[in-house]
Amino acid sequence: MPKLPAPPIPSSLQAPPPRPGEGNGKATKPHEHAAEAGAAVVDWVDERTSLSGGARWLMFRKVPKGTNWFYTLGSATMFAFLSQAVTGVFLAMYYRPDPSGGAYESIRHVTNEVFLGQFVRGMHKWGSSVMVILVFLHMGRTFFFGAYKYPRELNWVIGVVLLILTMTMSFTGYLLPFDQRAYWATIVGVNINGTGPLLGPYLSDFLRGGPEFGATTLSRFYAIHMLLVPGLIAALIGAHLYLVAKLGTTAPPWLKAEQNPELREADA
Amino acid sequence: MSAKHDKHKSKYTLDREYPGAFEGETVTRRRFMVVGGQGAGAIAAASFLLPALGFAIGPIFKSSPHRWESVGSEDLFNPNNYVPVVITLNPEIGEAGKSTAYVRKFNPAIDTDPYDRGDSYIAISSRCAHLGCPVRWVDAAERFICPCHGGVYDLLGRRVGGPPVRPLDRFYTRVNANREVELGPRFSVNSELKRFSPRDPGEPLDGLGQYAYPSRPGAQKL
Repeated sequence: MPKLPAPPIPSSLQAPPPRPGEGNGKATKPHEHAAEAGAAVVDWVDERTSLSGGARWLMFRKVPKGTNWFYTLGSATMFAFLSQAVTGVFLAMYYRPDPSGGAYESIRHVTNEVFLGQFVRGMHKWGSSVMVILVFLHMGRTFFFGAYKYPRELNWVIGVVLLILTMTMSFTGYLLPFDQRAYWATIVGVNINGTGPLLGPYLSDFLRGGPEFGATTLSRFYAIHMLLVPGLIAALIGAHLYLVAKLGTTAPPWLKAEQNPELREADA
Repeated sequence: MSAKHDKHKSKYTLDREYPGAFEGETVTRRRFMVVGGQGAGAIAAASFLLPALGFAIGPIFKSSPHRWESVGSEDLFNPNNYVPVVITLNPEIGEAGKSTAYVRKFNPAIDTDPYDRGDSYIAISSRCAHLGCPVRWVDAAERFICPCHGGVYDLLGRRVGGPPVRPLDRFYTRVNANREVELGPRFSVNSELKRFSPRDPGEPLDGLGQYAYPSRPGAQKL
């Protein structure tokens, strides 16, 4: 393993190298003991779970030539989701899904009075748009690079379901501030659902929890937004990643497959 | 008995030469345990999934009681122009449960459609029949106009422009013992002002629309 150059610390402050025969490869300094303890814990877990094999399988894959920044859009989307999940959990500590004024008041409290509340809420609010944009960019990359083709069709299908779930998150989250914009956007959005023939009216009644926008509509949207859909998204991201690791990364379409030189000779 | 024929057809495991088969046995113990275990699991899962599902979709089938709300004495209203009144559609959610209705006296000169006869007051809902935004009555134009997507309705609430798919909804009206006008449940009308049980905005009621957008199970006829 190549050795990194030593940091520019005056030699008087540097620890002297061990004398010959001192230590004999055993840990003598505190940080060496700490490193050994850490390795021992990891070993203990790995001996009982064999997780390191799975981690190596997931992380250290062969990647074709020509992969570029466009290939990071999927990870970017996943990190946008993780950011939404973390900020969402902490927003839930302050939010009250109370339609008779409490919901708006709790959001106002978060924005104006809680320490860093405006920042965390801002991350969640703007992050939702970022996530939708990244989902579409990732979808575009997959489409234009032809990465949806055999054997990766199922991953495309899972991705489309994830797109729909992301849209569901945007729709249900939009109501939660419970201001005029949220209220009327939800009225219109639920009625758009209702325009689907036969099943549409039942879908709107399910979303509203009744024929009119009522006391339980907000808590219903809140439960869908923070319990039902995030769980589904997390599970499907797991499946999506498993298939990416199993099937491997596609080469960009402009890259020709390299021929074995021996075979090339044989052709000639 | 011909063993070759019975090997695959017989219902007895002994005939089918299963190892450890009993005389007269039709299902192996292994098969019985597999089916029994999976069945028990399915029953256990259904016992919490089905009530939870019913709990979530129950409101679709619930019928709400009729509410009648007084909106003012009879002298407030005239046969030629609309008076806006605030009504409470849902008392549980404060301001968000209130809405506007436009009320006028029945006018035999303009309310000539056969379905209008008999009501002494006409109450038009302000909920746009496109996607549910609140329309307002513009006196000068004698039109209901929707701010969201430009739906326009005439004096009777019939669509004259924009995307709405049917006329504005109406409310049943009655006059109580104190000579006050009361507004009751909502009903929807098609372009001929024929009455239907209340439908959501965006659901047409002409032609095939009345079959494509069925009445909700809990809706009652008045």
